[in-house]
Amino acid sequence: MSQPPIPPPLVSIVDVHKHFGSFHALKGVSLDVMPGEVMCIIGASGSGKTTLLRCINQLVEIDRGAIWVDGELTGFRIDGGRLHHLTEAEIARQRLATGMVFQRFNLFPHMTALENIMEGPVQVQRRRRDEVAGEARALLARVGLADKENAYPANLSGGQQQRVAIARALAMKPKLMLFDEPTSALDPELVGEVLAAMKELAASGMTMIVVTHELGFAREVADRVVYMDGGLIVEAGSAAELLNTPREARTKAFLSAVLS
Amino acid sequence: MTLASARTAALPDISGYSIVPQRHWKRWLAVAVIGLLLAGLARAFAVGQIEWDYVARFFTAQTILSGLFNTVVMSIGAMALGIALGITAAVMRMSPNPVLQGVAIGYAWLFRGTPVILQLLLWFNLALIFPTIGFGEWSWRTVDVMTPAVAALLGLGINQGAYTSEVMRAGMLSVDQGQYEAAKAIGMTRMKSLRRIVFPQAMRVIIPPLGNEFIGMIKLTSLASVIQFAEILHSAQNIYYANSRVIELLIVAAIWYLLIVTILTPGQMLLERRFARGAGGSR
Repeated sequence: MSQPPIPPPLVSIVDVHKHFGSFHALKGVSLDVMPGEVMCIIGASGSGKTTLLRCINQLVEIDRGAIWVDGELTGFRIDGGRLHHLTEAEIARQRLATGMVFQRFNLFPHMTALENIMEGPVQVQRRRRDEVAGEARALLARVGLADKENAYPANLSGGQQQRVAIARALAMKPKLMLFDEPTSALDPELVGEVLAAMKELAASGMTMIVVTHELGFAREVADRVVYMDGGLIVEAGSAAELLNTPREARTKAFLSAVLS
Repeated sequence: MTLASARTAALPDISGYSIVPQRHWKRWLAVAVIGLLLAGLARAFAVGQIEWDYVARFFTAQTILSGLFNTVVMSIGAMALGIALGITAAVMRMSPNPVLQGVAIGYAWLFRGTPVILQLLLWFNLALIFPTIGFGEWSWRTVDVMTPAVAALLGLGINQGAYTSEVMRAGMLSVDQGQYEAAKAIGMTRMKSLRRIVFPQAMRVIIPPLGNEFIGMIKLTSLASVIQFAEILHSAQNIYYANSRVIELLIVAAIWYLLIVTILTPGQMLLERRFARGAGGSR
């Protein structure tokens, strides 16, 4: 009985460095994310976890190293043994492989919930309006907001806005979803509805990288948890390993500070 | 009440008293003073040497109406050119390209740094620098091209663009950085995100100062009278050079200016409401 071949990773991060002025935000991070995997990144603020996430969809340009998404080197074209910067349009095309959900939702305030979801497929992918509208309504129903399609973001609660933001990212049919502290800006009673939508998405087989402070979510949903500190990955492992029996002293200190 | 202390009981009971209305004697004094001043002003104009029938007669004179038309068309044309240039300069100024930034800064410096009447005179006299414009086969004499209307449009529009670029830039800066990032994250290029996401939101900040600039432009067109552009002030002057009714015709022009500006104000309010979509609102 032969083992099925191991698929290549969907995301390969190789020795990535990033400086902001004199601040060394990422000091050589390497990480693979497999297709269908749910990975949670935890760590204190300033540890570089959000920067790493933003490097993956090129909202932040890396200084050194390489990030491969779905077999493509991001940001550069390899030609004659040298790296050439991609054009803005080529970077925009590469971003279509990833969907991103922001801490502050960043819904477009001048558009209704449905228009927010349809904007990318119609304006960027140039798809037919009527066809996209059907998909957008299905996505709204999937995140439990079928009755809110004509609501403007200002008239939605934080939890509802974040669920629309998840639907907006999914409308582009990404291969990978990035979540940047998706529940940190929410009132405590609204966190559950957003996490529920994310759990449903994880169960559907979506590859997800989630920067979060929700250790309960990480324990329940994550295939792997990564702890970052000082621009480096300190420790990575299964949720049970890392959260229950951390090996590194720094991880133990962080977990005891968060859990107490 | 059990909470009332023994001391409260010693104070006089005023529960049955009525309140005497306040006397606003200072307001009445102000009304009297201002009324007197206005009455004096009205009397001065009534006994002054103004032939009001001339005002009425020339109010709808052919020359005045065509001047009015030219004023309105020139205001709209110069403002449209100014907005187009202003958006271009603002986008250049906000671009990551340092050369484009420099060009935008230089443009605003040059045209905000010189009086608009001087710019109008320069455009009108362009033929003194370049007797012909164009290339080879396609050449024209500059004096034929640079009519008063063309010189006024270029002078007023290009000058306006330098001011409008700052209004546009303020609008772009007012949009949250997260909106640019969200637009990028769904695969938009910079130009598409500006057009679809940033400018529709920036309009709320842009429209009030732009309305202000438009009102300014209507009056600024009167400067084009110095280069013989037949706007309303120039038309009024042409008439009073012939009949010497200076004040009467200036009053005619003043009333028309006031009328145009009065009509514009509700229009601005409608535009503001259009671009307030999704802002605020109730739960």
